[in-house]
Amino acid sequence: MTINNTYKLVVNASTRRLAEVRQFVADKAMHFGFDENQISDIRLAVDEACTNIIKHAYKYDESQNVEIRLKLEKNKLCVSLTDTGNAFDPNKYSKPDIREQMKSKKRGGVGVYLIRKLMDDVEYLKMDDHNMIRMYKNLN
Amino acid sequence: MLTVMKNFHINHRHSDEIEVLEISGELDAHTASKLEDSLKTLIDKNRHNIIVNCSDLEYIASAGLGVFMAYIEDVRGLGGDIKLTNMNERVYNVFDLLGFPTLYDIFDEEEEAVKQFQNSDQ
Repeated sequence: MTINNTYKLVVNASTRRLAEVRQFVADKAMHFGFDENQISDIRLAVDEACTNIIKHAYKYDESQNVEIRLKLEKNKLCVSLTDTGNAFDPNKYSKPDIREQMKSKKRGGVGVYLIRKLMDDVEYLKMDDHNMIRMYKNLN
Repeated sequence: MLTVMKNFHINHRHSDEIEVLEISGELDAHTASKLEDSLKTLIDKNRHNIIVNCSDLEYIASAGLGVFMAYIEDVRGLGGDIKLTNMNERVYNVFDLLGFPTLYDIFDEEEEAVKQFQNSDQ
């Protein structure tokens, strides 16, 4: 769906839908004029954000929905993902220590770090009835 | 336009001492369990010299990296290793962002990983 250079996709909260989300995001980012490397960054960041929502906000409840919006604002892309599950508190997040995680056989927590590395700006918003992660990528 | 979804596949080869998992397609939170099952099966069979050949791996998300993080200590504790080879640049970049190259053996070619295992066995 498109309204004024905005594209929207709603998927249910299942990891089965991740491939479709990635394809959607990559197609739109290409349409907006991003290069291959930038498209890879955006696609991975959205995958990580969507995975975190499925896993943490909804705890794999597949009856819930995730809404993904892409919009080109001046010279940057704004991607937002909206959910109505448990809010993520970015203050509780710390940079993962991979060496330490290997030792303790932990595997989570790196998605948030990757998102910050891949995108130019990231913000987490908590509204009354929904949560939103907004990520920006500059179009060079 | 949505195109055909790429799946994730594992082809398993083995020689006397070395197990090779050729992984292809897209490794994400949905497909990571396939890789996890394969690694578990090898570890349960006491096969600890494992090469993961990524030549046809087109995409990896952190859930895929998490599988390597979860099993490497077990495998090394048993005297083996998980060595990664033949990654394309984009896949390597994801490993690199998380600092994997200093923690894992990553080679351009599978033969280099094989040699490394053979040398460490002598």
